[in-house]
Amino acid sequence: MSFYYLETLFTEVYKIIFLVLPVLTAVALVVWLDRRVWAFVQKRRGPNVVGPFGLFQSLADALKYIFKEIIIPATSNKIIFILAPIVTMTLALIAWAVIPFDENLVLADINVGILYIFAISSLGVYGIIMGGWASNSKYPFFGSIRSAAQMVSYEVSIGVIIINVLLCVGSLNLTDIVLAQENMWFILPLFPMFVIFFISALAETNRPPFDLPEAEAELVAGYQTEYSGMMYAMFWLGEYANILLMCALGSILFLGGWLSPVDLYPLNIIPPVLWFVLKMLFLFILFALVKAIVPRYRYDQLMKLGWKIFLPFSLIYVVLTSSFLIYFDLLPRI
Amino acid sequence: MRTDSLMIQGIFFYIFSLIAIISAIMVTVSRNTVHSVFFLILDFVSISCLFIMSGAEFLGMIMLIVYVGAVAVLFLFVVMMLNVAQQENEWFQSKKSKEQNSSHIPIGFLISIIIFFELIIVIGGWKLKPEIFNNLDFKPIVGATNTHSIGSVLYTDYIHLFQISGMILLVSMIGAIVLTYKKRVGLKRQSYIKQISREKLSGVEIVEVEKNKGVKIDV
Repeated sequence: MSFYYLETLFTEVYKIIFLVLPVLTAVALVVWLDRRVWAFVQKRRGPNVVGPFGLFQSLADALKYIFKEIIIPATSNKIIFILAPIVTMTLALIAWAVIPFDENLVLADINVGILYIFAISSLGVYGIIMGGWASNSKYPFFGSIRSAAQMVSYEVSIGVIIINVLLCVGSLNLTDIVLAQENMWFILPLFPMFVIFFISALAETNRPPFDLPEAEAELVAGYQTEYSGMMYAMFWLGEYANILLMCALGSILFLGGWLSPVDLYPLNIIPPVLWFVLKMLFLFILFALVKAIVPRYRYDQLMKLGWKIFLPFSLIYVVLTSSFLIYFDLLPRI
Repeated sequence: MRTDSLMIQGIFFYIFSLIAIISAIMVTVSRNTVHSVFFLILDFVSISCLFIMSGAEFLGMIMLIVYVGAVAVLFLFVVMMLNVAQQENEWFQSKKSKEQNSSHIPIGFLISIIIFFELIIVIGGWKLKPEIFNNLDFKPIVGATNTHSIGSVLYTDYIHLFQISGMILLVSMIGAIVLTYKKRVGLKRQSYIKQISREKLSGVEIVEVEKNKGVKIDV
């Protein structure tokens, strides 16, 4: 066998490392940003001691988690208990393989990119169910059941929203989706869908005001109650990597990915990757602001919002979009 | 080059199919019911990997979304809620403890024999007389992706079958809801419209209270 395959293997591994390292660094920074924004809304200072502006706070936290003891409850199902945070973290990271940062800057440019992300985010529920069940304790179990029902319900409306975008693009490839927005970002024609996508993304990633799975007033910490040390940190990293992924998906589907708003002089010298990062940051700051501003939902209201309001509305919007596209003969040609 | 890539594909094919077969066996063998659901999930995932390897990427992804993302979650829910984590399987109902043991094995054996013979008939027929199975005049579009070619056939030639299967799913969904729905009495439901449309005039009443008599609050 020739060395050709070893060489491709090494280049792939090299590419993967250069994708995963920035993502993990971004997760660490974003955790700091989240706490900072939250603090500023409440007129506090937030983490500001470690490093300049407290930037290294997450690193210090990670170091603390590494040196803490991992406690595995005696009555737990040990294999599944250990597997759960690993599953969460892995699924949160492998979804980044298809995210295009620039026109050619993507690890795997597959034809069914959006379906891949949808599939991976629907698998994310397993980490939570496994963690909650394997802990063999009532609060984690309640938390995981709440979370599973919530994620499955909001996935449905996210799927219908994605159908809206796909109708306008005519391809499941994420690069094609961005390139279809060169003339107009999809946030303009599909603005209601963007709002619903944003709220569903909050529910899908268990962020406040939909953080019922870990509602500390009722459930201690939900499915994470029995976890400690590095295993807890892995849940936490996976959660924030998922939030960043949702921000990336939102900017690809609605905000034109790496494209600049208008192709004019001062805007188009900014590198495309920076545009993408800026759009993600904008969405993330919105996530953080919502966390600080909005009080927690009640569980039945959450389910009502998902099934009785978002789902019918986005289905009606699918009908409207497709009839508009057919009437004005704008359907994408294959 | 060509043989090399074929060999690597072969290695991955055998890895995935081995995982699929072993996890399918573990689904039936493992004592803990929750473990067997997790093995079922592993089986689904490796089968979708096999789909993707053979070029059917759309089918593989749909398999992941529908079976792993939704159906297996339902299985897991049911198994966890019913608390059947430990279940002893016996050939027939044992006399000692009737609730603990299940006697599904004879029926399961019968069904698996039927499925086995069906597979033999289909595969044997496909091997001996392939022209019976190739009577569909399906011409794949050259250069189109998986999704495009499936869509172009599904919504034109097979639209009736597609609609009928959708109707069956809808009817079964509504049927399941109707069968399990219970109108519960004595529940205090909130009505947003009632709450919002309350007026100050109807909500507050000013009463002259007589001395030593009080007012009746609960009317």
